[in-house]
Amino acid sequence: MKWSALRVYAVIYLAFLYAPIILLPLFAFNDASIIAFPLAGFSTRWFEQLWTTQALHQALRNSLFIATLTAIFATLLGTCAARAGTMPNFPGKRGLLGFVMLPLVLPEIVIAVALLVVVRQVLDLSLSNWTVIAAHTVIAVPFSIAILNGAFQNLDPSFEEAAMDLGETRWGAFRLVTLPLVVPGIISSLLICFIISLDDFVVAQFLTGSNPTMPVYIYGLTRFVDALPLIMALGTVLVTISVTLLVIAEYFRRRGVARAGLKDTGGFL
Amino acid sequence: MTALIQLRGIHKHYGDYHALRGIDLEIRQGEFFSLLGPSGCGKTTLLRTIAGFEQPSSGSLMIDGKDMAAVPPNHRPTNMVFQSYAIFPHLTVAQNVGFGLRRDPMPKDQRAKAVVEALDMVGLGGYGNRAAHALSGGQRQRVALARALILKPKVLLLDEPLSALDKKLRENMQVELIRLQRNVGITFILVTHDQEEALVMSDRIAVMFEGEIGQMADPETLYRRPNSRRVAEFIGKMNLLPGSVGMEGNRIVVDVAGLGRGAVEADQAPGGVAPGQTTVGIRPETLSILFAGETTDRRVAEGVVDEVVYYGDMTYYDVRIPGVDRPLTISMKNLIGRPVLDVGTATKVAWDERSLVVLSR
Repeated sequence: MKWSALRVYAVIYLAFLYAPIILLPLFAFNDASIIAFPLAGFSTRWFEQLWTTQALHQALRNSLFIATLTAIFATLLGTCAARAGTMPNFPGKRGLLGFVMLPLVLPEIVIAVALLVVVRQVLDLSLSNWTVIAAHTVIAVPFSIAILNGAFQNLDPSFEEAAMDLGETRWGAFRLVTLPLVVPGIISSLLICFIISLDDFVVAQFLTGSNPTMPVYIYGLTRFVDALPLIMALGTVLVTISVTLLVIAEYFRRRGVARAGLKDTGGFL
Repeated sequence: MTALIQLRGIHKHYGDYHALRGIDLEIRQGEFFSLLGPSGCGKTTLLRTIAGFEQPSSGSLMIDGKDMAAVPPNHRPTNMVFQSYAIFPHLTVAQNVGFGLRRDPMPKDQRAKAVVEALDMVGLGGYGNRAAHALSGGQRQRVALARALILKPKVLLLDEPLSALDKKLRENMQVELIRLQRNVGITFILVTHDQEEALVMSDRIAVMFEGEIGQMADPETLYRRPNSRRVAEFIGKMNLLPGSVGMEGNRIVVDVAGLGRGAVEADQAPGGVAPGQTTVGIRPETLSILFAGETTDRRVAEGVVDEVVYYGDMTYYDVRIPGVDRPLTISMKNLIGRPVLDVGTATKVAWDERSLVVLSR
């Protein structure tokens, strides 16, 4: 094997990306409360401690609740927008869709502060899981649209017309033909939006009520040095879940492409 | 007998674009009717208007005596075979074919029987359980046909149904479609840009240009007696020669550049006679080359072979005739003993007054 400069570059690049993540399980299973080499021996006590920390469980429940509802709302809105994007003639389509996609490039901190002002000062609501869900939906919708746009744009516009020609109503055509063909995209969108919400710290930090989400809780833990191995264990669990969900999402996206009999032109993995 | 489909003054505007400019059309029950024209002539828009996917800006559409203005596509007695076939990829062949029967209250086994019959009709017996996305182009087209015909529509609309198939398969399907149409007795409306396809398959053809019907006639009339230059040029190959036309008594007399003067009948000027400068058309197969030793009592012009294109069964010669700036194209059957001439050969061209067409427009 030849070690060309490009090959060396690629290896360093990958190491930089993944080495920190490899450290997570390493110290999560390490029998010491200090994060340092040499390793002290194998232990699952940090995982056991995870199991018994009530505050952590509450944060997890919060995060899962928020992520689930965010995924559903964002995908619902994303489906509507992506469907509208396939309509050949509705005025101002490009501008509108571009506008909807804007949160993708806005700094999260801007969205977080703006939403905080709206919720507290304008609407005078108290912060709760629902304010986080609303904010996460705003952030996740553009991702949902990006995923579903692909699914919808791949569809032959004649499909719905053919269904209508064969006696179905507009809704019937959508339900019987379009929807089954974009289901893989919808599942993929649900999973991605779920992960985005689960993973978000900035917005949740600003908008969370008395019950912190998981990332906010973890950030709080970092102030205690002896809680670090616990975070490592938690991180290990989260990475495993995230990777699994991403793989499932990609599987469904690819299956959708294959189902529609098309060539694969992109995706996340 | 009243027409099955009646279109009156159909106009369609897309913003500034005038896609259909006053279409008047009557299509009879059981007819194989074609809308023929170059891309962008409005033929597909017209078909989609009949199907109900486009609303005309003005004008009326009647099918079987009923005004269709307020009738959505799912309630029209029409079914369509789409250019892409639009076979639902997530369903099986049988589910695709039976799709339109979903809302029919017929019992399940009767529906299954109808699907089997429809598949048999298009030569896909036994394909019911196949996944639709695994079919070839020709098979998709048959599924699309079965799916539309199973509903026994009054009119079957076909949007360029053969354009995605290769030449051999296309020619086979043309013959099959004609046979199918005769068997089911349903009115077919075909949209195509392929003049040969239209000539082969249709009872009548409407040739469309820029949102208007240029000529509407049966294939033979359309080919032999086109009413304008653009129809003549669009259908088949036509030599167009400059000339002049005038009346002598009640005879129409033309003077064709390079060929000479001759009298023609009224039917040879289907677009009317405008005395003065005109264009005269003559089909390549109505001209013939006199090979060595052949004689004729037809009119003869002298020329030189300019180009030879050999097709196997036919040879196309371009022959340059003094006084004509464009060479005449002549098609000759390659009969036994008949040589293929070389470029530069001096030759005689035989022609008849009866095969001239005066194209004033």
